[in-house]
Parts: sequence; structure tokens; C-alpha cells
Amino acid sequence: MNPVATPFFFYFLSIVAIVSAIAVITRKNAVHAALSLIVTLVSLAGLYLMLYAPFVAGVQIVLYAGGIMVLFLFVIMLVNLDQNIREIQFNKQWMVGLVAALSLGGLLLFVIRQGSAIFPITQSATLPEGQNTQQIGLALYGQYMLPFEIASLLLLVAIVGAVVMAKKRI
Amino acid sequence: MGEITTLHYLVVAAALLIIGTIGVLTRRNVVIILMSIELILNAVNLNLVAFSRLYGLHGQVFSIFVITDAAAEAAVGLGIIIAFFRNKETVNVDEAELLRW
Repeated sequence: MNPVATPFFFYFLSIVAIVSAIAVITRKNAVHAALSLIVTLVSLAGLYLMLYAPFVAGVQIVLYAGGIMVLFLFVIMLVNLDQNIREIQFNKQWMVGLVAALSLGGLLLFVIRQGSAIFPITQSATLPEGQNTQQIGLALYGQYMLPFEIASLLLLVAIVGAVVMAKKRI
Repeated sequence: MGEITTLHYLVVAAALLIIGTIGVLTRRNVVIILMSIELILNAVNLNLVAFSRLYGLHGQVFSIFVITDAAAEAAVGLGIIIAFFRNKETVNVDEAELLRW
């Protein structure tokens, strides 16, 4: 039984994700970059669905594409970027940065190649498809209770920090 | 096109991570640098969910914590961008030179 996770969908979604991720870092207009990032996030949500993680896919769409990206677009509209489009988009050290990032990528591919024998990496799905959300909820409120509370504290600190940063006079 | 394994997902996540790193290291616009950080976090999330297919639900739970972290980081980072823009009238990182020696 393998209805959703066909190779065609995997290649389609990952090519869409990578191409629009490249568009994010190359577009001059920040609004276009944000819209490309939304395309990347939605196709990643599709990949999560293929990995039998429907709850994470829903959180990805609701929180990332719906929440965080709206925040980004708000700030892009708030800071006036009309002048910025006419400036140079890449900094002076872009060559060094490119070489460093690509060598990091080579290292990662090398590690994945070498380590693929250690993990049971060619194995296919073992998780049950149903009750995913229920099991995540049980894990969050059971085994991961303390990290859950710490995450709520982190969000409180982030709210206060954002207000303090963006306020004119405290 | 054979069967899709965890290895395929790891390669996609590595590509996204490298693209995000290139964005952080080469762009001048600080809003796009924050978006590249989101790309990096998403690559990590894809790794976690891909491994959770093999090792149980822990990876998915952890990816939810990573998403929470990304929300907090975006809120504080965009607040900093607004404060920076108010002071300097620009969003280029190489013009933030107040503390530079």
C-alpha cells in the first residue's frame, strides 16, 4: 500500500522547494523573496505529508506560511525598501561566503554518503499512519511536558522582547 | 525512479541548508538574511521528520519545538530590524557599523 508517496510527487515537490529557495536568496525585491519562501514552505509541507506527518504539515502551513510570513510581509511593507532595490544586493565578501557554503555542502554530501550504511536509511515507512496527531499530543503533554512549558516561557520572552525592540520610547 | 528513501530527503534538506547558508553569508538586506535563517530551520525540520519515520515520533515533536523557536526568532529579529531602520534609515547589514572597530 503506497498511495501518496509516489516518486513523482517527491521529485516534483523537492524541485519546487529548491528552485523557490534559490529565488529567495537571489530576488532583488524582498516581497518576491517572501512569496518564493511561502512556495518553499508549502512544498515542504507536502513533503511532510509524504513522510506520514500530517500534524507537522498542518502546523507548517498554519504557523509558517500563515503566521510568520505575514509578519515578514508586514515588516517589508513597514520598512520602505524602494531605495534598497537599486543598491547592490550582495556584500563584498560574497565570493568567500559562496566558497565556504559550497564546501560545507560538499562535506555534508560526503558525510551522508559515508554514513548511509550506519542508519537503516533504505528502510521505508514504519510509523502507523492513523492517530498521528493524537500521539503527538500525548507525547507533548506527557514525556515532553517540561520542554513544552519552557517553549511557552520562550514565547513570552519573545513577545516582551519584540515589543521592547519595536517601541519608540520605553 | 526507484523507491524514495530517507537518503533522498536528507539530500533535499542538505540542499536547502546550503542555499540558506549562502543567503546568510552573501546578502546585504537583513530581511532576506532572516528569511534565509528560516530556510535553514526548515532544512533541519525536514531532517527531523524524515528520521522520525524510522525512529518514532520524537523527531516530529522536536520539529514542533523548532517551529516555535522560529516564530520567536522571527518576532524578535523583525523587532530589531524595525528599531535599526528607525535609527539608520537602511536595512543593509554592512551599514550597521556602530560597534565596529
